[in-house]
Amino acid sequence: MLQISVAASHPAADGDAVPGQWFRVRAPLSRRLRVILAVLSFVLPITLWSAVSYVPFLWHPDVLISDPGDVDFFMPGMRVTKASFAEEIADAKASNTAPPVGVPCNPVYLPAPGDVLVAFYTSFTTPPADQDGLWLHQSLWQSIQTIFWGFVISSLIGVPLGILCGAHNGAARLVEPFAEFFRYLPAPAFGTLAVAVLGIYAGPKIAIIVIGTLFQQILIIANTTRKADFSLVEAALTLGTKNLRLLSSVVIPSVLPDLYRDQRILLGWAWTYLIVAELIGATTGISLFITQQSRYQHYANVYAAIAMIGILGLGTDLVLAALGRKLFPWDRAAA
Amino acid sequence: MSVPLSHLDQSPAVRERLDRMKAREVILEVEGLSKTFQTGRSAITALEDISFRTHRREFLCIVGPSGCGKSTLVRILAGLETASGGRVLLDGRPVNGPGRERGMVFQGYTLFPWLTVRRNVMFGLRMNDIGHAEAAKQANEWLGLIGLDKFADAYPHQLSGGMKQRVAIIRALVNRPRILLMDEPFSALDAQTRALMQSYLLEIWKKVDITVVFITHDLDEAIFLADRILVLAPHPGRLQELIEVPIIRPRLPGHCHSAEFAATKARLDALIHHTGRPAGEEEVYPTVPLLTDVRDEVE
Repeated sequence: MLQISVAASHPAADGDAVPGQWFRVRAPLSRRLRVILAVLSFVLPITLWSAVSYVPFLWHPDVLISDPGDVDFFMPGMRVTKASFAEEIADAKASNTAPPVGVPCNPVYLPAPGDVLVAFYTSFTTPPADQDGLWLHQSLWQSIQTIFWGFVISSLIGVPLGILCGAHNGAARLVEPFAEFFRYLPAPAFGTLAVAVLGIYAGPKIAIIVIGTLFQQILIIANTTRKADFSLVEAALTLGTKNLRLLSSVVIPSVLPDLYRDQRILLGWAWTYLIVAELIGATTGISLFITQQSRYQHYANVYAAIAMIGILGLGTDLVLAALGRKLFPWDRAAA
Repeated sequence: MSVPLSHLDQSPAVRERLDRMKAREVILEVEGLSKTFQTGRSAITALEDISFRTHRREFLCIVGPSGCGKSTLVRILAGLETASGGRVLLDGRPVNGPGRERGMVFQGYTLFPWLTVRRNVMFGLRMNDIGHAEAAKQANEWLGLIGLDKFADAYPHQLSGGMKQRVAIIRALVNRPRILLMDEPFSALDAQTRALMQSYLLEIWKKVDITVVFITHDLDEAIFLADRILVLAPHPGRLQELIEVPIIRPRLPGHCHSAEFAATKARLDALIHHTGRPAGEEEVYPTVPLLTDVRDEVE
């Protein structure tokens, strides 16, 4: 005897149609909305920056002197704090001398978006400060080469080793504890050591990127490899696959799209080590450009150079993502 | 240990067919197989003293309640797990580790997602050092046999569940194994597809010289497919009875309503659902309190 009545069962949740909820967990977005939001994610911070730069009553803690009046230590183009400007005006009024004239402005380290935009062009046309200095495009090229070689060397060691650790428990026990320890050591700490061993030019810089990337890479690649679907390995075993061919024909192809995604993330990390690496030994590349420009207070150029790193990084990643979709047509997670 | 053999009434035609089958050479022989899993200090016996043999072109089903170790048994036959005792002989030679002469179809979909359907079928041949052109030729023939040649260049994720398992079957068969092991291969499919796949499997089996060991928990499926059904009892997994299915071939969906089918089903039901636990160990279900005010009789 069964005496229980079951209330109306839940309607099948449809993903995009769970009514009566204002916060819908992971509800899908329309293509249009996705594009709009992606554009907004850039437009919003730039709008905020523009507002602070162009709306005079927002922030603007300093005053840009246009006419020093009778204040002898003011000069046209000088930035002073609002407090000292008000003090000088009060003094001028009291002593009946000509008061200084100026407009509210932001500190020199916050150039307006327009100035930075112009600097994107002018920084390429600005000749190097030193005689043997580099133009911006040369500096960028130097940085790209440092990143490239650092990442290639790290990957040549880290990817095979990671795959081996992920596929073989013995290799994992032999390699991973040390890699776990080493990844906590900050790469820049090896700066002086790298210079002592490898000289002051490209060597130590590439070494810092390798040290910063390699140990994380081994562990991440190993972890991804471990996630290979073991039932596929068993299927291959019953089809007569043996030993290392299991690795090359089953384990690696099955995790290849994930390994590719890992490499994209790791390349991002390599970029974050770039600036530290370039400051070691003889400063080079984009870091040299940034340091020199900020020494001359050309902050618009500094921002432009920093933004260029971001554009290069994001651009590379977008290209790699598109390439990934071409390379792995079976991988639905990438679609 | 000899297994009790049930003698359901067999028509002369069925008897003659089974006699002919049993006169054929023995392909697989299992002798006193046992398996113990060590968990911490205690050991769990999953299989105890399993012995049976299959003849060439036999279709053997293994059924039993959950916990009877039928999946463990087939994994040992495939060489994916090692036995704790006893041995498995294929064509009289002891089996050691997995090999191409024992093909396997798994419960889940195990087609390689990065390979097209054709390359999935070619996989086993390529692993056994058969040239690309020859492997592709054979794969195409087999795909033609199961009517999936149109999908040769598709990726597995573009196929339905039934299609995937059809490809998985020929991926194993293209290797020309001596025996095909199937571990609940249709249990993830819906009821209609499963029925189609069963007829389909018999169709393939009829055309190919292959011995099949098929694990299932679906008694109807076992009766419909098998020449003989091996019934396992749980805790520990051990042989209970070997049933010779008294239904003529070719099997047709209509046979499911025959008297022989019903008799076999009754025998299996009696073995599987009303045995096992010693007295006092019966599972007790708590009484469900009355949770409704609507006093309809639901009985």
